[in-house]
Amino acid sequence: MKYFELFSLPIDFNIDLALLNQAYLQLQKAVHPDKFAHNSSKEQLLAVQKSAEINDALHVLKHPLKRAEYILAERGVDIRAEQQTLQDPMFLMQQMELREGLEDISSASDPESAIEAFDKEIKTLENDFNQQLKALINQTELAELARAADIVRKLKFIYKLRDELERVEDSLFDD
Amino acid sequence: MALLQIAEPGQSAAPHQHKLAIGIDLGTTNSLVATVLSGEAKTLADKDNQVMLPSVVHYTQNGIEVGANAFKNAALDAENTLVSVKRFLGKSKADIEAEYTQLPYKLSEQDGIFNIETCQGPINPIQASSEILKTLRDRAQDSFGGDDITGAVITVPAHFDDAQRQGTKDAAELAGLNVLRLLNEPTAAAVAYGLDSGQEGIIAVYDLGGGTFDISILRLSKGVFEVLATGGDASLGGDDFDALLVEYFKQQTAQNELDAPTLRLFMSKAKACKEALSQYKKVNVVLEFSQQTHTVEVTKKLFNELATPLVKKTLRACRRTVKDAGITNEDVLEVVMVGGSTRMPLVREHVGSFFDKLPLTSIDPDQVVAIGAAIQADILVGNKPDSDMLLLDVLPLSLGLETMGGLVEKIIPRNTTIPVARAQEFTTFKDGQTGMALSVLQGERELVDDCRALAKFSLKGIPPMAAGAAHILVTFKVDADGLLSVTAMEKSTGVQAEIQVKPSFGLSDEQVAQMLKDSMSFAKEDMQARMLKEQQVEALRVIEAINASLAEAKGLLSEAELETLEAEINKLMQLRDTATTPEQLKVGITQLDNASSDFAARRMDDSIKKALTGQSVDQV
Repeated sequence: MKYFELFSLPIDFNIDLALLNQAYLQLQKAVHPDKFAHNSSKEQLLAVQKSAEINDALHVLKHPLKRAEYILAERGVDIRAEQQTLQDPMFLMQQMELREGLEDISSASDPESAIEAFDKEIKTLENDFNQQLKALINQTELAELARAADIVRKLKFIYKLRDELERVEDSLFDD
Repeated sequence: MALLQIAEPGQSAAPHQHKLAIGIDLGTTNSLVATVLSGEAKTLADKDNQVMLPSVVHYTQNGIEVGANAFKNAALDAENTLVSVKRFLGKSKADIEAEYTQLPYKLSEQDGIFNIETCQGPINPIQASSEILKTLRDRAQDSFGGDDITGAVITVPAHFDDAQRQGTKDAAELAGLNVLRLLNEPTAAAVAYGLDSGQEGIIAVYDLGGGTFDISILRLSKGVFEVLATGGDASLGGDDFDALLVEYFKQQTAQNELDAPTLRLFMSKAKACKEALSQYKKVNVVLEFSQQTHTVEVTKKLFNELATPLVKKTLRACRRTVKDAGITNEDVLEVVMVGGSTRMPLVREHVGSFFDKLPLTSIDPDQVVAIGAAIQADILVGNKPDSDMLLLDVLPLSLGLETMGGLVEKIIPRNTTIPVARAQEFTTFKDGQTGMALSVLQGERELVDDCRALAKFSLKGIPPMAAGAAHILVTFKVDADGLLSVTAMEKSTGVQAEIQVKPSFGLSDEQVAQMLKDSMSFAKEDMQARMLKEQQVEALRVIEAINASLAEAKGLLSEAELETLEAEINKLMQLRDTATTPEQLKVGITQLDNASSDFAARRMDDSIKKALTGQSVDQV
């Protein structure tokens, strides 16, 4: 788990974001290219590489979904490059209903409160899945990790919905 | 120039020697240069005690004029007087013709480079910009008693895309400046303000200049300036407010088409009228042209009506950027105003009510960017080794690749902290496909046609495979200047292609080198001598840098390793005196660079280790 090691943090899905950020800034203060602007070109190049690596590690650990995928991959369940393989009819049905709801927002009589209600609905789902994920992801049994991976797949759907909701919001209230 | 000093190997050369570093604000309307002298950042004035250099370049039969004198000619000799060329950087002729319909210039295009036809022949925007930079360089050099400038930080609008940034860097190199960093204008302003006030928390920088608009949201904490999000419009500024008045003048004087001198006259009258309306309720503008005299009355109320849509446009960008930063308006502690156009009361009122705060204007909005740039230049050049300052900036516009069906696949989204490297795998579309054309795009839209095409390149020699079997890894790297390079590799065979993304309509490295040669009035031997001198300076810089590192962390090397490295240093030191061609010395520099690479890597790892050890001690 080199990303956790990089920031001197314990390997845990429940990460302390304040500590993460603190460690991140300490590291950048040590390796940022600005600190090497008057050094040899080799050192400048290395500084860019290290600094980019640290930025990437932060990016992965900061975002719950990316963090979960990373932990799973390091534990042998890599789902980062896979095409969609979710088989849960109940969940997919619910997704279709949510999508229809999303499409109806722009024609709703009060789009603002429709957006708010939809946002609340997906937040509840997100919290639910996050709780389940927290219980499973720190396990070492492969069966449990596979279940954790399924939840991550579902969370991806939820995040996609959230992005699309934002797009709807932008198109309604921009201008 | 100062005598070069040589230190013993293992010792840094005169550790407290102050190096000359400058910050340049290359503006659309005005440009400035600043430096840190005795710990204080100051803008530098010319012989007439003027700090602002109008960004105007006048080409005449006898030479080139830059600044106030050139500006006087804008109306008299409009065709040869290049004004606001910053707006043309990194653009193609087609872009410019689509955007500006009433330019007093003859435009042309040659080998993909956009030019303005002047009495000195075709001039591209990079060359014109370099004339402005040269004038500022000379001004700084004069104020230093003729000493050489070690390096410069040049500011760019945060919203500049890769092509515009590259154009700026090329212009600086053409002006003979060693570019330490391209710095985003709002970030520079935040540095000037932040260090001044010791402010902690979230600030917004609203930067409305002559031709560009930026809004940046930053978090300030213990010397760290972290840009959370940036947005804006690379072609919205004071010039657009002037254009509204020009239209109004045309209406009131019943003119449809204006010739170049009249247009220039209208433009400068419009600018003066706009500025006067910041103080007065009503301005009478007298327009004399083609033996006619017209007086047009402009009230503040009328101007505000004309200008409000433009100000609202900036506020929409503010709203989006606040959202991108993941904060709300209430989180913003201070709003800093930057750029001459924020002098307009209308702008201050709208921005003030949008953020519900009185905007800060305590540092001159025209000078604050150059001052911030000078502060960073001073640190980058090594004058303040104990400085705790760290700037973490972001990529302003998403970068991606064209995929099948004219769609854009985003590789790095906007507002990602730089430097950054991201890779993505692609595959072939047809059976037996042996090449792949990659088109690099920048922008937020889903469709290729709505984004900026930065460059095209191709990966050739992929062994024939079934469609979808090849694994092509495309890596995007953005450095701390916000400049992109792209590599593509077929994973199973290792076939590679690599480009520094030089924009399709920008200048190639060779073209820049050629222009540099052309611009020097030296004979060939002088040229050679000059290049040799440059390499001698570079050799010394490398030796000094390694010696400084050794002084700090000699312990990371075994005695034998240290001896080898010191021998290499001595070798280059001798070669520096004996080399007769620049190429010879260049080889020597590369050799030392390679010999030091292990040491550099160890030092980097050591810094990382130390950074966090320090932290855990804090936590105990």
